[in-house]
Amino acid sequence: MSSLVARKLESAPSPPRRWHGDLLFLIENLVLKDFRIRYRNMSLGILWSLINPLVMMGVLTFVFTRLIPTGDRPFYPLFVLCGMVPYNFFVGALLSGTTSIVDNAGLVKRVPAPREVIPVTSVLSNCVHLSIQVALLIVLSVGYRLTPTVAWLWLPVMWILYITFVCGLALGASAINVYVRDTRYVVESFNLVLFWLVPIIYDFNNISPKYAILYNYNPVAALIMAMRNILIDRHPPALTLVRNMALAATVAMGLGLLIFRRLKPRFYEHI
Amino acid sequence: MSALLFDQVNKFFAHHAGQKLLRERIVEMLHPSGRERFQALKHVSFSIAPGESLGLIGHNGAGKSTILNLATGLALPDSGRIEVKGRVASLLELGAGFHPDLTGSENLRINAALSGLTRKQTSDRFEEIVEFSGVRDFIHEPLRTYSSGMMVRLAFSVAIHTDPEILLVDEVIGAGDQEFYAKCLDKIRVLQREGKTMLLASHSLALISMLCQRALWLDHGRVVQIGPAVDVVAAYESGNPAS
Repeated sequence: MSSLVARKLESAPSPPRRWHGDLLFLIENLVLKDFRIRYRNMSLGILWSLINPLVMMGVLTFVFTRLIPTGDRPFYPLFVLCGMVPYNFFVGALLSGTTSIVDNAGLVKRVPAPREVIPVTSVLSNCVHLSIQVALLIVLSVGYRLTPTVAWLWLPVMWILYITFVCGLALGASAINVYVRDTRYVVESFNLVLFWLVPIIYDFNNISPKYAILYNYNPVAALIMAMRNILIDRHPPALTLVRNMALAATVAMGLGLLIFRRLKPRFYEHI
Repeated sequence: MSALLFDQVNKFFAHHAGQKLLRERIVEMLHPSGRERFQALKHVSFSIAPGESLGLIGHNGAGKSTILNLATGLALPDSGRIEVKGRVASLLELGAGFHPDLTGSENLRINAALSGLTRKQTSDRFEEIVEFSGVRDFIHEPLRTYSSGMMVRLAFSVAIHTDPEILLVDEVIGAGDQEFYAKCLDKIRVLQREGKTMLLASHSLALISMLCQRALWLDHGRVVQIGPAVDVVAAYESGNPAS
């Protein structure tokens, strides 16, 4: 695989530029399309986006405050949800992003529109789901009398950086998945491991210091910690978290675009 | 000066392009087998002047669709040069991105955005597109209630309203009914009179003779003959290329 990818990286002819449309209009329409298809035929519609995290929150809270009571845990439901929401988004968006080019073979084979649009749209479609869950987080915070502070202004900043980071990963993974279809299974396994490597059910402060490095450069963990800083501790996220997130977004997007641009000229033949 | 130019274009497709699992990749890496390749186009050269119409004829698998796909920019040639001057509308397989659960008007907007129309252009031309398609009564119904003919009418109508300078047509217009077929031909003639360039692939020699000034006969990826449509069609029918 590596040699194949390397070969593709070397011989990149300049892609043809036959499409002069409206990129934003196109992305908007494709996201709207996903949204309508997903929710039009469900009687409970958007409620489904709430049920899954609420059930997980309930189960985890029961396990870690009743079955195995591990010390005093104020706001544990909110604490867990601060972990679940970023993790769920990462898993869902990256997986649908990875398979997006192959899933949309019809578009790739028929329309000369920029291919980058496909994985990006796929990630953005998950944001509809996400915004409902973030709303749930906010309602829960207010329910705990953790009323909004100025620090909340950091929420959109951190999320935009995070979404950019996931878009970058999805761009790279979707392009590689065209050539090596196992990529999606690699991503699925990785997601499974990730659940335990980010502080969803436990607190970062309880981690043995020698493993702290696993968390310092992990953007999913960074967002979870930042969410808890903002919503529970009610102060702005630690500056290192913001810096790492910005770095992760830039690197992932740069690398993702580079891989995608180099691999896309041959999508047509390999899809 | 030409609107569309193919210069010594070669295009290969791998025969076993189906195997894409990691296992095959590793096996291939360890034992490079020099995978068999199939040459879909062999040194194809031609050019179309602005305002001219060229017809592509040849048996199934001769390379007609490959030429149209390369001209659309969906794939790249392995060698050779392709130049396209102007906005292209591809009427290859119509209805890209159509989804059965969405309404006609929702699908219309998605298809328009994919075809390169801006938000304003889509709004401005919406009525015109619906009018031309003739499916106004069903425009707010889900697409799954449409007949295949109605779907083609809607898709064709969007494609034709993208204000193209070069039309790439692949025998799609045959899918509608007689009345719509006649309407499409009229529309194509109007576009020709307006000076649009056209590349048309068809098995209907009558259609080619009627719409095109020149024709290109392809056989197994090679250009057999190119010249005035009447001559090429006659040669193709007799099976002997005129030299």
